[in-house]
Amino acid sequence: MYAQMVDTGTPSSATIDAREARFQQRIDDGIRIEPQDWMPERYRKTLIRQISQHAHSEIVGQLPEGNWITRAPSLKRKAILLAKVQDEAGHGLYLYSAAETLGISRDQMVEDLHAGRAKYSSIFNYPTLTWADVGAIGWLVDGSAIMNQIPLCRCSYGPYARAMIRVCKEEAFHMRQGYDLMLALARGTAAQKAMAQDALNRWWWPSLMMFGPPDGDSVHSAQSQAWKIKLFTNDELRQKMVDQTVPQAEHLGLTIPDPDLKWNAERGHYDFGAIDWDEFYNVVKGNGPCNRERLETRRKAWDDGEWFRDALVAHAEKAAQRAAAKAA
Amino acid sequence: MKNQWPLWEVFIRSQHGLAHRHVGSLHAPDATMAINNARDVYTRRNEGVSIWVVRSVDITASNPDDKAELFDPAQSKVYRHPTFFPMPEEVKGL
Ligand SMILES: [Fe+2]
Ligand SMILES: [Fe+2]
Repeated sequence: MYAQMVDTGTPSSATIDAREARFQQRIDDGIRIEPQDWMPERYRKTLIRQISQHAHSEIVGQLPEGNWITRAPSLKRKAILLAKVQDEAGHGLYLYSAAETLGISRDQMVEDLHAGRAKYSSIFNYPTLTWADVGAIGWLVDGSAIMNQIPLCRCSYGPYARAMIRVCKEEAFHMRQGYDLMLALARGTAAQKAMAQDALNRWWWPSLMMFGPPDGDSVHSAQSQAWKIKLFTNDELRQKMVDQTVPQAEHLGLTIPDPDLKWNAERGHYDFGAIDWDEFYNVVKGNGPCNRERLETRRKAWDDGEWFRDALVAHAEKAAQRAAAKAA
Repeated sequence: MKNQWPLWEVFIRSQHGLAHRHVGSLHAPDATMAINNARDVYTRRNEGVSIWVVRSVDITASNPDDKAELFDPAQSKVYRHPTFFPMPEEVKGL
């Protein structure tokens, strides 16, 4: 998902101390953990990784869509896209703030991202080749994000849960504007419909990969579930996404690019084809189509903005000095 | 690592005339920029009509370890609630 492979560390020993038992009891009782409360170091570290990865994904996630702001086909679509991308910046900020309550600084997180030490979601390393990609992203990528994030509104860490509530409210707009855009294309000319189909073809599989490796391969899942910072498994969420999306694609008159996709009445779910996990791991390792470009763009934005950040600090310092001189 | 802007807590009063409510935090070099940023981050959908920002370091919080000492005593004082007093049904206006 937006945090795809979060290492939970190695349990210290089989004998959890009494404090940790009390902490787990609190989580089991559904009582939120707040920043000043005692927490196991592994819980803190895991959450820092998870929340910061999530924040980085929101920030880097602005880039593929930002690419189309100046080329939106109408003023209405441009205003909508601008608002959506601005929301993503806000999501990044809510999440960075939540991570900071765990004792990591904002600058440290930004530096980790820019140095290539931190991860962000694999999905944002794919290019946005046509305007239809903006629709496909809202519909599929934000749609997958909502699926993952709604349960996180109930996660055990207070600041993270509260940030997720704000995020989810805004994501609903993101998904709908994406579907609305796809609808417009699907009802348009043959060329527009073909463009929508092409976008679905390219974004379908990467969207399913967003949920992370299959359950058998995700080693840290059990601990995260006990801590209630992961409420459903990767495969559960992926299945939910497929089940929800198939009828939506049918309504658009588009075909999901999976010959093995079939309703399974016995399971009450859609069966779907095998995911190319080699592609996923390759993108995670930094070799996706846009990994290098995304990081370069982030670094450039940060470096180009330095003079402005410094000027704001200089102004604040001068104003404070002036105020102090006046008071003296 | 240089020049990290200080952290501010943001409080917003919603339309309905309620008290300012804590909505989150952000970094800004000074109070004016903190208000500007709070407006962009926290009021994009008519969430509020007034913003307060306070430097996070200026907030004194109760210690979680004192929770029992501070808040448990109120639990045994049920008579502080109107529902503690059974009122005769036939008497109105109570
Ligand atoms: Fe988002
Ligand atoms: Fe979004």
